[in-house]
Amino acid sequence: MRWFLILLVLAVYLLHQDIWLWRDVRPLVFGFLPVGLAYHIGYMFLVSGLMWILVRCAWSEDEPDGAERHAEDRAG
Amino acid sequence: MIPALVVFAYLGVVFYIGIFAFRHPGGGGKAEDFFLAGRSLGGFVFLLSLFGTNMTAFTILGASGHAFANGIVTFPLMASSSALVIPLSLFFVGTRMWSLGKRHGFITPVQFFRDRWECGHIGTLITLMQAALLVPYIIISVMGGGTALSAVSGGIVPYWLGGAVVAMVVMGYVFFGGMRGTAWVNTFQTILFLTFGTLIVVVIGRGIGGFPAAVESMAASPVFAPLLSRERFSPWVYFSYTFIPLSSIAFPHILIFCLTARHKAQFKKTVIAYPLCLLAIWLPSVFLGVVANQMSDIPAIASKLEARQELAASPTPALREQARGDDVLVIMLEHYAPAWLAGLLGAGIMAAVMASDSQILALSTMFTEDIFAYYGGKARFGERAQVQTGRVFVVAVTAAAYLVALSRPAQIFDLAVQYAFTGYASLCPLLVGALFWKGSTKWGALASTLWTGIAVLGIAWMQSRSTAPFLPFGLLPAMPVTLISAFLLWSVSVFTRKPGALTLQKYFRG
Repeated sequence: MRWFLILLVLAVYLLHQDIWLWRDVRPLVFGFLPVGLAYHIGYMFLVSGLMWILVRCAWSEDEPDGAERHAEDRAG
Repeated sequence: MIPALVVFAYLGVVFYIGIFAFRHPGGGGKAEDFFLAGRSLGGFVFLLSLFGTNMTAFTILGASGHAFANGIVTFPLMASSSALVIPLSLFFVGTRMWSLGKRHGFITPVQFFRDRWECGHIGTLITLMQAALLVPYIIISVMGGGTALSAVSGGIVPYWLGGAVVAMVVMGYVFFGGMRGTAWVNTFQTILFLTFGTLIVVVIGRGIGGFPAAVESMAASPVFAPLLSRERFSPWVYFSYTFIPLSSIAFPHILIFCLTARHKAQFKKTVIAYPLCLLAIWLPSVFLGVVANQMSDIPAIASKLEARQELAASPTPALREQARGDDVLVIMLEHYAPAWLAGLLGAGIMAAVMASDSQILALSTMFTEDIFAYYGGKARFGERAQVQTGRVFVVAVTAAAYLVALSRPAQIFDLAVQYAFTGYASLCPLLVGALFWKGSTKWGALASTLWTGIAVLGIAWMQSRSTAPFLPFGLLPAMPVTLISAFLLWSVSVFTRKPGALTLQKYFRG
């Protein structure tokens, strides 16, 4: 799972370097968005989805909340 | 006059928010309350204020100006790259920093560095480096406030008075409200940004008779069509830009802000929503900046387009200044929007230029915790005196920034802010090393910090001689500077003594 998530992050990073749309203006998405701009609007939704997956699958719950430890540190 | 009244009403509201935060039961005299809002921010305020803290005048004005000159490339260059890098850095670095801060009571990153690397004066050096890179932002902000208030009032409020009013308001709510006041004001400002972005798209879109006709016309023009693609931009430069957002998490005001969340879980919604908030703010700025090229019926924009054409033949500083598009959004709104909306625009600009609040508070926090408390001030004079010292520092920094803003040209600090991005990106490996690499040492951190200072000064010197790119393929300096910083941290750490086993056990398992 860990390697899958690392590869997923790398893949999303590579999708940012969209040289395949470098010189394209058309099609105009919704009649006014150049395709390169529309791609990156979609890309931001993709990143939001990636973060949702990371939160679901890679969230570290092993950290203690810490409030008690902090209080102990101060007392000690 | 109506726009000026809207802006003054806005300034009154944010000042009141600061006072209101001061009256909050947690707004007392404890350092953690004043500097970190008692680590008690809820999910909604945490998301919107963290986002607002990252928004500056550049987001609204600079982005549309850059897009006016360079086209749609501005969006992936700055917005969608940040949409990936900033949430990832919050997810990995921000949450870890929050956990350690909560567990050990850290208020600043340098408190953690000192404990984790068993160092004292190296921590002081890191504080000074962070502070030196942060100060230009505060000065730029005061200048922006003076310029914006003067422009919105039609010149009735002079620059010096506008700067003073903005500086006083920011100083007031930071002084009284501390982190809680700053977070609430940032939340209010972010809501304003989001509302404003949607409104201006609707108003300008209706004003020009719909976007499809404008974009079709640009696409058919050999002069403007390249602005709708990235054909004039090098993919290498584009690639090197992805190093710039690494600076975000290394900014002390962002790191300190990460410590204010009530629960670690509050980062969850923040990292998921962050790219969408960026989209909502950046898309209107960039798109309208690009479409402004089609509005040659507006005299102020027509003169910019003429200056751009002449610039190609004879590049002079005066023409370059005339062709700059930082004010195209303002010009479009003056042309198409009713007065009350222009006032809202003024308030939006004010909100953007007042992003210095969290930076002033961060400087004050760093001074009182990393210098005053560390060198015995807290032990000698007590915690209440420490908070009062922080408040006095807020006044001193704001007053100094105002005086400098009155006497220096803005271009100097514009450049300094650009160097600051490179500097903070270069400090990012140090932060990652401290949090995740057991083998990193204080000597590696020292090498990385010294390199950052030398590199930033070196770039400033190189660019003072020529504005032409000096790296192969036009790469941004941030890329090699950050990679060399990481290499220095690693190579020096490998050959120097590690912290004691007890210290390492405190921060690393196994």
